[in-house]
Amino acid sequence: MHSGASFLHLLAPKWQSMRSRALKKETGAAGRFGALAIIGLMFWGFIFAILYRLLVYFRGIPEIGPLLAGKLLGLILISFFGMLLLSNVISSLSTFFLAKDLDLLVAGPVDWLRLYAAKLVETCAHSSWMVALLAVPMFTAYGIVYHGGPMFVFVVLSAFIPFLILPTVIGSAITLILVNIFPARRTKDILSVIAVLSAGGVIMLFRLMRPEQLARPEGFRSLIEFISILKTPTSPYLPSEWVQTTIMSWLNGEPDALPLYLLWSTGAAFLVLGAAIQRKLYPIGFTKAQESGDRWVKGSIFSGVFHKMLTPLGLVRRELVLKEVRLFFRDTTQWSQLILLAVLVVVYIANIKFLPTKGEGVSFFVANLIPFLNLVLAGFVLASIAARFIFPGVSLEGRTMWLLRSSPLRMKDLLWSKFWVGTVPLLVFALALVTITGLLMKVTDFIMIVSVFTIMLMTFAVAGLAVGFGTLYPRYDTENAAQIPTSFGGLLFMMASIVVIGAVITLEARPVFSYLASKSFGSARDPLEMVWGFGLAALLCIAATLLPMRYARKRLESLEL
Amino acid sequence: MIELKSLTKRYGSFTAVDEIDLRVPKGELFGFLGPNGAGKTTTLRMIAGILRPTGGTVRIGDIDVTENPMAAKAILGYIPDRPYIYEKLTGAEFLRFVAGLYSQNGKIIEHRGRELLTLFDLDDWRDELVESYSHGMRQKLIISSAFIHKPDVIVVDEPMVGLDPKAARILKDLFREYTRRGHTIMMSTHTLEVAETMCDRIGIIQGGKIRALGTMSDLRASSESGEQGLEEIFLKLTGENAAREFVDVLDA
Repeated sequence: MHSGASFLHLLAPKWQSMRSRALKKETGAAGRFGALAIIGLMFWGFIFAILYRLLVYFRGIPEIGPLLAGKLLGLILISFFGMLLLSNVISSLSTFFLAKDLDLLVAGPVDWLRLYAAKLVETCAHSSWMVALLAVPMFTAYGIVYHGGPMFVFVVLSAFIPFLILPTVIGSAITLILVNIFPARRTKDILSVIAVLSAGGVIMLFRLMRPEQLARPEGFRSLIEFISILKTPTSPYLPSEWVQTTIMSWLNGEPDALPLYLLWSTGAAFLVLGAAIQRKLYPIGFTKAQESGDRWVKGSIFSGVFHKMLTPLGLVRRELVLKEVRLFFRDTTQWSQLILLAVLVVVYIANIKFLPTKGEGVSFFVANLIPFLNLVLAGFVLASIAARFIFPGVSLEGRTMWLLRSSPLRMKDLLWSKFWVGTVPLLVFALALVTITGLLMKVTDFIMIVSVFTIMLMTFAVAGLAVGFGTLYPRYDTENAAQIPTSFGGLLFMMASIVVIGAVITLEARPVFSYLASKSFGSARDPLEMVWGFGLAALLCIAATLLPMRYARKRLESLEL
Repeated sequence: MIELKSLTKRYGSFTAVDEIDLRVPKGELFGFLGPNGAGKTTTLRMIAGILRPTGGTVRIGDIDVTENPMAAKAILGYIPDRPYIYEKLTGAEFLRFVAGLYSQNGKIIEHRGRELLTLFDLDDWRDELVESYSHGMRQKLIISSAFIHKPDVIVVDEPMVGLDPKAARILKDLFREYTRRGHTIMMSTHTLEVAETMCDRIGIIQGGKIRALGTMSDLRASSESGEQGLEEIFLKLTGENAAREFVDVLDA
């Protein structure tokens, strides 16, 4: 019987495309690659340094040190597992149902099992590379601090590989079942809502575990109680726990092979189950995914009002903004992510209550410093929202670029319309977030003004970076918008945002510290210090807004499609 | 109206368009033919301002596309060979958006949009999202969008692909009437019958160079083809007659 091409052969075009992309001689490619390598290495170094210091500190604590290190690893791995599951659900919709090569493969004499295996590998690679990259400095820190030895590399690999396979099999099975249950065109929408809700669920789960209590052992009645909490597995049935036990048992000199067996045997069992589901449901699901939609849209009062509101922008800019808004709200895969935003906000605001800004032993100094540092968190939230909503903007224009480029539209107008459509809601959100949390923490007027000033500048900077990096590292050929933020450029954007947010906070730290010190301890204040600190922070944000926009414009103008 | 001088496009060591000189006057319907990969689409994309030439110039009217792209594009309409458009806009919204790009709006555009959609049997679909359109319907919508701002020059790449016979007939009549009114159209096509019956002049490009240029009788004379049709002339000029014997190929 003819069994068709091998699964490696099915993967060959992916590998070959990747190779030719890497070898393509494009102007400025070396510079972009260099920037990527430098920022990437800095980011790795940053994660490694933080974990290294933390683990060295844990190592110095007798009895509970290794337990704390294990618990920390468990928490990181459970977050990884959540991220992997979510991203596999999203990726598998593309690889199994929307990819352009499917017509060819499904029409050809390709064995279903080989197709499944090839698509599974592709999904796994798409959704796991970022977690795998993050894991490198993390495991390196553990290996070095706890003297894991050269064999530690193999221990990590043997535990981490099945850890990556499991969410791929589960995620793709979830997508397969969903495509079969819901009407074809709706699946994409429903899928993203479910993905968002599950992300929210993971965040809530993490929140319920209250990791901050581990950092405050004085909250426990006795040391024994604290240790017993540390020894209890967080989630005995989750693969993250098995990986943690494998790693920590090796590092503590008492290797335990049982969790490794569990990882590999569960992985193998899930693969068989996944394949069985695939055989049964894929042909039906694939057929359903081919149907086209038929949705009817009529003008609404809202669009009329909006139309009038935008008139001062001029015709071209108004039409661009209207188009952006329409595309956004009609694409449920886009706006359903707003649910994620709502969950993030709830979690964020709820967390404010856990911050130790009130009560005994908390000085005016600490009570105001924490809200200031809280800006870093708000900045991260902004960056992740921008990654999801603003970063993909230019990539999504890829297929219609012929129209924009052949019309008398200035690329500057296109980019700034994308900038403002993303920035205005982001700014409203950021200001609301900072004001509400500020009021909840009863901060002084000074800190409130600093917070509002900083978050405004940060919003502009993050949006500018998102448009800029989104244009410099576009994904014009993607079938699924949800995949764009997890691209290489998306990662680079997140790193750059973190660097800018960190730099802004560092620049402002000194004047804020001086102010709070003068209020608390009556020490002298230097007004120049404030001008310098805030001035440089503002300059940095303005540069981070304008420079990426400028580079993006140049890139778009020289783009040849 | 369209003037190409020593127009060249190179990709690394490969020359896609090799020093083309061409002038398409006002009111002419010009047909641009050539085998696959001859450089037709690359030339048209350079005229539309999507690709930058490696050498030479493109002028629309008296405007240099590289030096003054905004002014040149303002009087140009481009119809690509692949109909990719915004899936989440309706047909009417898409036309309004395109008109807006050319700084045109208001009642005239609404009226013209409706007329164009009716012409191509899309009026019932005007408020439906483009994602529900078939390939041919998308093609008709893109063609309508090229006419919405009444450009002086239309550059069109393979307009007949995906069109039903009725739409193809409408398009031919529309093109003829448009050029009769003094507008210029440059069209690439593989449908030789369309080129033969519609175009005032024809250019045949191969390997990035123009091999033949002129009216049908000019082409017949230059290829010494007597009273033969365009297909024979095309094959003769592009050397396609030298294709291998079918038998050899099928036996291979």
